[in-house]
Amino acid sequence: MKENYDIVIIGGGPAGLAAAVSAYDNGAKNILILEREPRLGGILNQCIHNGFGLTRFKESLSGPEYAYRFIKEVEARDIDVLLNTTVLSLEDNKTITAINSEYGVFSITPKAVILSMGCRERSRGALNIPGSRPAGIYSAGTAQKYVNIKGYLPGKRVVILGSGDIGLIMARRMTLEGAKVLAVCEIMPYSSGLRRNIEQCLNDFNIPLYLNHTITKIEGTSRVTGVVVSKVDENKQPIEGTEMHFDCDTVLFSVGLIPENELTKGAGIEQSRNTRGAVVYQNRETMIDGIFACGNVLQVHDLVDFVSEESEIAGACAANYVLNGRQEHNPISCINGDNISYVLPQKIDKNIPGNVKLFFRVRNTFKHCKIVVESNGVVLQEKKKLICVPGEMETVILSSDVIAKAEGDIVVRLEC
Amino acid sequence: MNKQLTCIECPMGCLIEVEVENGAVKSVKGNTCLRGKMYAENEVICPLRVVTSTVKTVSGKMVSVKTDKPVRKSEIFEVMKKINSLTLDRNVVIGDVILANIDRDANLVATQNYND
Ligand code: SF4
Repeated sequence: MKENYDIVIIGGGPAGLAAAVSAYDNGAKNILILEREPRLGGILNQCIHNGFGLTRFKESLSGPEYAYRFIKEVEARDIDVLLNTTVLSLEDNKTITAINSEYGVFSITPKAVILSMGCRERSRGALNIPGSRPAGIYSAGTAQKYVNIKGYLPGKRVVILGSGDIGLIMARRMTLEGAKVLAVCEIMPYSSGLRRNIEQCLNDFNIPLYLNHTITKIEGTSRVTGVVVSKVDENKQPIEGTEMHFDCDTVLFSVGLIPENELTKGAGIEQSRNTRGAVVYQNRETMIDGIFACGNVLQVHDLVDFVSEESEIAGACAANYVLNGRQEHNPISCINGDNISYVLPQKIDKNIPGNVKLFFRVRNTFKHCKIVVESNGVVLQEKKKLICVPGEMETVILSSDVIAKAEGDIVVRLEC
Repeated sequence: MNKQLTCIECPMGCLIEVEVENGAVKSVKGNTCLRGKMYAENEVICPLRVVTSTVKTVSGKMVSVKTDKPVRKSEIFEVMKKINSLTLDRNVVIGDVILANIDRDANLVATQNYND
């Protein structure tokens, strides 16, 4: 480890790796990645299924293969990496305090910081279910780690709550390893997982998907022995008399992901209530000069390909910050209007030249609709859509001419 | 006879309709690209899937693997049996063949470097 670094990247998963390579290739030469685990690659190491990289590499890679493409790039450059290193805190002056067994507790204050800590699984779904707290209840990601990294099967008869992609992937994975997956329950009328995963993970193995259903009771004292699943009404309330009983020894939760922002909060970085990540300009700089954020710590992406793309923006812009110093900002806000749950970036800095790609999600499923971007009641851009679903991130590209025309804040809304 | 399929080749998940006559594909509709057409043609005659899994090693660590070509869907559990009977006792790099011809001409290959 050197005395000083220009850029320190917190997290060596897909976001941190892409940011590091991009920062280096854009002229920053003094870069350090801090990674908590004993190897680079982050969550991709346990995502052994394929389907990664279709957008970026035009082939279907497994998670470890996708990660390795970037690890190779990092290794080919003069980029420092500290593994088994946990960051304890980040301050608004960019001082990072971290700990590992080699250096003990240490601090570094680089010129720029890139936050790429990724996300964690939402666990709240677990709290509202009556019953004791027996063994055999896992988040889907934890089960994935047990099976794919540690090599043991956490249970034999499984019920999965939530039909997010990790839940669907684990339904197949545990089936392949000899478990019986009895049901996947989804409280919403639609699955938040990709259609292809419903097809190849559930339908291929005749695993039933119960939409508008949730687990209303978990039974068992030392180990799960069964669950009760009920249908819910339009207010998500269980309907009496619809109870189904499943004998099972394992329950997996796959109820969504939230950005991992403890460090962000600690540094006093402004966060968005909508994304639960930092508020950023289009260059992925947070509201604190020289601190950037990218990947799932900023917004939970559908595909790792998009994480890489976003992280390359953050890396390049962090390099620019280090080489050219702070630039004056001239911001306008991007706001989510009707039927849109969030828009990222939340701020557009008019002093930064070039097009801006807006990322957003819709609140519901809409057919034959129109995305409208407007400012001060003036429509700047429109985009027709056959279908929009909450599970798929939408984008609109605003040209610099369009941005120049915006007089006030930019609002993105969906019209039906 | 018409069959409705969801293409699994990419995250778009196109809904494809295949017209089959006397066991042969007559037409494919709804696909956005050629991959989808090929997928649909296979799917109604002999469905194929890439299998991904892990192989244990003598050190106890797991190494992730995949079939380098899709295998017959009907043989997935046979393929899994073969995968789980293996114990890797050598180092491998991504792409190394761990078991040749695990189903027809599909090989089992490493998707992770393993270096004990
Ligand atoms: S048809 Fe092409 S675009 Fe549609 S899901 Fe299949 S591979 Fe993707």
